[in-house]
Amino acid sequence: MGRLILERLLTLILKLFGMAVILFVVTQVLPADPAAVAAGTNARPEQIEKLRVELGLDRPFHEQFITYISGLARGDLGKSLLTRRAVSDDLRLRFPATAELAIFSGVVIVILGISMGILAAVNAGRTPDILIRMLVVVGMGIPPFVLALFLQLIFAKSLDWFPLEGRLPTLIAPPPHVTGLYTIDSLLAGQWDVFWSSVQHLVLPVAALSLGRLAVGARFTRSGMLETLSQPYVRTARAKGLSEKRVILRHAFRNALIPVVTMLGIQIGFLLSGAVLVEVVFTWPGLGRYAVESVVSFDFYAVIGAALVIAVIFVVSNTIVDLLYVQLDPRIQHQ
Amino acid sequence: MGDDHVVAKLTKFCRRNPGLTTGGLLILPFVLFALLPEIFASHDPTKTSIRELYAPPSAEHFFGTDELGRDVYSRVVYGARISLVAASLIIGVACLVGVVLGTVAGFWRGWSDRVIMTLVDLVLAFPSLILALAVSAALGPGLRSAIIAAAAVWWPVYARLLRGITIQLSEMEFVTAARAMGASSPAIIFRHILPNAVYAIIVRISLDLGLAVLLLASLSFIGLGASAPTPEWGAMVAWGRIYFLTEWWIGAFPAVAITLVVVGITLLGDGLNDARNPNR
Repeated sequence: MGRLILERLLTLILKLFGMAVILFVVTQVLPADPAAVAAGTNARPEQIEKLRVELGLDRPFHEQFITYISGLARGDLGKSLLTRRAVSDDLRLRFPATAELAIFSGVVIVILGISMGILAAVNAGRTPDILIRMLVVVGMGIPPFVLALFLQLIFAKSLDWFPLEGRLPTLIAPPPHVTGLYTIDSLLAGQWDVFWSSVQHLVLPVAALSLGRLAVGARFTRSGMLETLSQPYVRTARAKGLSEKRVILRHAFRNALIPVVTMLGIQIGFLLSGAVLVEVVFTWPGLGRYAVESVVSFDFYAVIGAALVIAVIFVVSNTIVDLLYVQLDPRIQHQ
Repeated sequence: MGDDHVVAKLTKFCRRNPGLTTGGLLILPFVLFALLPEIFASHDPTKTSIRELYAPPSAEHFFGTDELGRDVYSRVVYGARISLVAASLIIGVACLVGVVLGTVAGFWRGWSDRVIMTLVDLVLAFPSLILALAVSAALGPGLRSAIIAAAAVWWPVYARLLRGITIQLSEMEFVTAARAMGASSPAIIFRHILPNAVYAIIVRISLDLGLAVLLLASLSFIGLGASAPTPEWGAMVAWGRIYFLTEWWIGAFPAVAITLVVVGITLLGDGLNDARNPNR
């Protein structure tokens, strides 16, 4: 296992390097001119040229590349063209909001998705199964931003059950910063009202983000469960006279988890992509909304920085899922 | 008598393939809209009317009017062509590039395989929307940039598919036989490998088209796709979002259109896939 982790870590580092190269090439080769953006719309050509020298954009390609990569290695993602603040500082501020959204959605997807999948498998062909399969089709088809808009319209505007947008009402001050996750920080500070309010603010964005993915999770669990339930060792367990509950939870479940873990790996990418759009709808101050705001104002380094951070989260979590997979199924390691 | 036979056959087919049928029915109106928008639209999709701003749905304007008094229904109708054509372009380009590179990698292996597959792995290591967002931002906003960006993140899917198929087929006896008879590499690729990959490619395309509609709509929703007067669904939802809590119809109808098309195409693709592997 130790050797395997080392191997995966090495691949991870190579992959991250490759991804940084891709993003660098995207910024350098494509036609947009960062200097013109930084100078603003009314800038004279000589102002743009001056900025180009200042930003180091006049230097040869390979020099810029070395500066960029060595900056990356120190965690420097460049400066925002508009605010001139370090992109990494902006991203550090925004990260916890996205993390909170993604973690809650992930928990909902895993818990509800797996239980719905088991429910569907145990009742294969009957009503719960059919309902869940319909949910899968609809859940996969509804774009997260469309779902987010309708949830807002119904549950925030018409029914007024949940707040419309943001992480907290403007009048409530965020809890003292420890992790940056408002739910955890408010609990640590013992501020129950802040905790309750931040949970309420999470409900709709988490629902918008997780519903579709949840359905996919249920489908994977269902097929995994059905396959394991037809295995001879499950029949043996039943023949031994074990209770059905014990057969399912003790014997079938662990093996059925293998496809579920694969599914999780795929889900993380969708979750991060979806978060970008959901954050826009709910004016959620996270990485995705930062990326979109930067895109709209052509703030180039900010876009690349945000894209890179989101990609890093994706690749790192995929590596973890990969290792989890080996842990669950020792046969894989020996292949 | 003959007609009855056809009808009976069709009913039987539909009953056996409920997903394929539902998907087809969902997507049919939008295909018609895309082909003949002039016939189905009730108004000019870009004509503004100051006297009819924010009109709710009515007999005159089925889906109401938007902030410039344009007819939302007619815009949704014309939007079908943009979405379906753009999605086809994305998948078409991605498929072409992916098929060429995947076949090369799978057939000749060696260093070309290593280079191509490294690139494939790197592109697939990004969440697709994120990389498309970066590429499209670098190209500058606009429908064309969005299409290029989407194709740029999509080709690896086809490269990987074709590489797998090519490797698998290269080991088959009929390919060895063709080689032994002195067939050239291009002849083997075009006569033996690609024809056997066509069905897998078609199924993949049918599964991907819906996702391409979705990716394009997402990029437009962010503000990277089609610009102002173009009746593109994602852009319409983005504008409609501003008025969503009061004049909901401006954004809601294009949003529903996106959903129906994506669900429809997904069902169609799933149905085709099931029809190929009845054991699944």
